[in-house]
Amino acid sequence: MPKEVTKLIHKYLRHDKTFPHVWCPGCGNGIVLGALIRAIDKIGLQKDEVVLASGIGCSGRMNVYVDFNTLHTTHGRSLTFATGVKLANPSLTVISVMGDGDATAIGGNHLIHAARRNLNLTAIIINNQIYGMTGGQYSPTTPYGSYASTAVYGHIEHTFSIAELTATAGAAFVGRGTVYHVTLLQKLIEKAIQKRGFSVVEIMSNCHIHYGRRNKMGDPVTMLQWLKDHAVPVEKAREMTSDLPEDKFTIGILADVEKPIYTEEYQKIRDQSTSKQ
Amino acid sequence: MTKRQSKKRILLQGNEAVVEGALAAGCRFFAGYPITPASEISEVLSVRLPKIGGTFIQMEDEIASMGAIVGASLAGVKSMTATSGPGFSLMQENLGFACIAEVPCVVVNVMRGGPSTGLPTNPAQGDVMQARWGTHGDHPIIVLAVSTALECFEITVKAFNLSEKYRVPVIILSDEMVAHTRETVTLPPHDEIEVIDRITPSMPPEWYIPYKNNSKGVPPMSALGDGFRHHVTGLVHDVRGFPTQTPHEIEAFISRLFRKVTQGFHEIQITQSYLMDDATVAVIAYGSVVRSAQRAIIDARNQGVKAGLLQLTTLFPFPRHVVENVLKQCRFVLVPEMNIGQISREVKRVNQFGTHVEKYNRIDGQLITPDEICVKLLTTLG
Ligand SMILES: Cc1ncc(C[n+]2csc(CCOP(=O)(O)OP(=O)(O)O)c2C)c(N)n1
Ligand code: SF4
Repeated sequence: MPKEVTKLIHKYLRHDKTFPHVWCPGCGNGIVLGALIRAIDKIGLQKDEVVLASGIGCSGRMNVYVDFNTLHTTHGRSLTFATGVKLANPSLTVISVMGDGDATAIGGNHLIHAARRNLNLTAIIINNQIYGMTGGQYSPTTPYGSYASTAVYGHIEHTFSIAELTATAGAAFVGRGTVYHVTLLQKLIEKAIQKRGFSVVEIMSNCHIHYGRRNKMGDPVTMLQWLKDHAVPVEKAREMTSDLPEDKFTIGILADVEKPIYTEEYQKIRDQSTSKQ
Repeated sequence: MTKRQSKKRILLQGNEAVVEGALAAGCRFFAGYPITPASEISEVLSVRLPKIGGTFIQMEDEIASMGAIVGASLAGVKSMTATSGPGFSLMQENLGFACIAEVPCVVVNVMRGGPSTGLPTNPAQGDVMQARWGTHGDHPIIVLAVSTALECFEITVKAFNLSEKYRVPVIILSDEMVAHTRETVTLPPHDEIEVIDRITPSMPPEWYIPYKNNSKGVPPMSALGDGFRHHVTGLVHDVRGFPTQTPHEIEAFISRLFRKVTQGFHEIQITQSYLMDDATVAVIAYGSVVRSAQRAIIDARNQGVKAGLLQLTTLFPFPRHVVENVLKQCRFVLVPEMNIGQISREVKRVNQFGTHVEKYNRIDGQLITPDEICVKLLTTLG
């Protein structure tokens, strides 16, 4: 292993306490964790100032492995806990890791409202297009026509696009990456954390065990190849004269806007209310 | 010379008195979602909290409100939410999180008639068992009931103190009548109000074991960001906070959760006796029914019946010993409630003395009157 990597492992992982991890070999979650750690290290945040919240799912297990303030909440509700933490102590960097089911099915309401509210939080959403932890049931991002343990006849619902959904709901920063494009992924996470406002990174990932196996992509390599073949850099997509084919998706920075952040707006209320005794 | 703080006499409705109590106890974070008959608590706090550097937020629903107060409390700020039946139902999962992760917080449930949307503007006491067992799994929880505006103030302070001291969520059960009745309340000067804060770790961070047992069963609690990095989870965890499936660790953890509350029974179980010294007949009541019962026992005494009243402020952990003493002392005990009989079952459960226990219930959204209680006492005694 390169020295650099070993150094980061020792610095950030709770390697003596929480390993072996629960993830299947080859799961994209590990790649996301690596990118997240490198991004935080590059930004130079102190471990004490980072709160890594998560929901429930394979993705939700991520924070137990890292030496930050870690908060493993309930299914879909990670952003609500994160909201309380951030409002109580705005100096903390609060990041919330969620799965696609976690963030957009059971937690969908919290996601759009967090985006609308524009509290300075970072949402990392690992989109493996399936419910991993519970055994491959379809999620709001399972593609039409594909197979899941609760869609053995082929899926008849249509998907959410997480990035577009959150951008429309008002997120200040939205990026989409994949676990294949790791350099871009790290860059997006860095930008999202540094952005002042609600930021989202949707990460297309592989659950070869539950999604892949049912959809003729039963190993991580095939799934990564699929991600590589179907991702289109957003700059390139903008130059295209025809629409993006339905099975392809854009990667890169999809939204980056300046707007007042919630805690600063609230501070104004505090100042106003004290002068109006 | 500093001026001595004086007592303050003001006209308050129950919901406003809850706010005064919360602020006096140090509450600085409130997240909620509008619902009758609890909305005034949100409205008043939205005005008051920013003035003192606190935070009010109206969330997208009650699930989010409960999540947010747990998050804020974990970051070291005393937190509260307030709701009524439908919202209380939505809060249950995250309330369980507060139980297992031992996060202090106060939840006010201004009861209305139920189930479902039920009777939004009528008083009822139908959520007693939900307050005790609403979230899944074996868990300790403290449930307090209020019957006057003054109690709304005092018991809210108490709720925060108990929650902080024992690291247990505390539910305050109010009802539409208590919440909306305006009464003159004499608030004590601030320096006379006992305020208890959670114990924070005093050891160096590398020695901190977040869920380690001690004589009280209540480990010190660090705030997120203050240097004591650790894992907080809704999974059953070991002393370091990491998920465990080891039977003896699971058992030790769940037992400690219960033991810490059991050890505090002497101060958690709050009751009040009226005319009980020579009583041979007793009423056991809580919430707004207490007010009618106070009058009823005097009326009964005027008719020659030695009646007394035991007011339960703490419903859970059920104040078994005090209730047992009443059952031992009296030949007849009446439990009037605005539900089909939730606390009367508890009273019957602990009645091992052959005492005649009867329930008296109204489920029509109306208050139980003093007359009804008095007549019931007299007719039962023949
Ligand atoms: C309220 C509730 N409902 C259901 C579950 C069961 N459950 C656990 S994880 C999960 C879905 C996980 O899928 P996803 O969020 O996409 O994350 P992944 O496991 O794929 O990372 C579900 C339904 C739960 N824990 N809580
Ligand atoms: S089930 Fe899927 S998402 Fe979960 S660890 Fe395995 S590969 Fe990853």
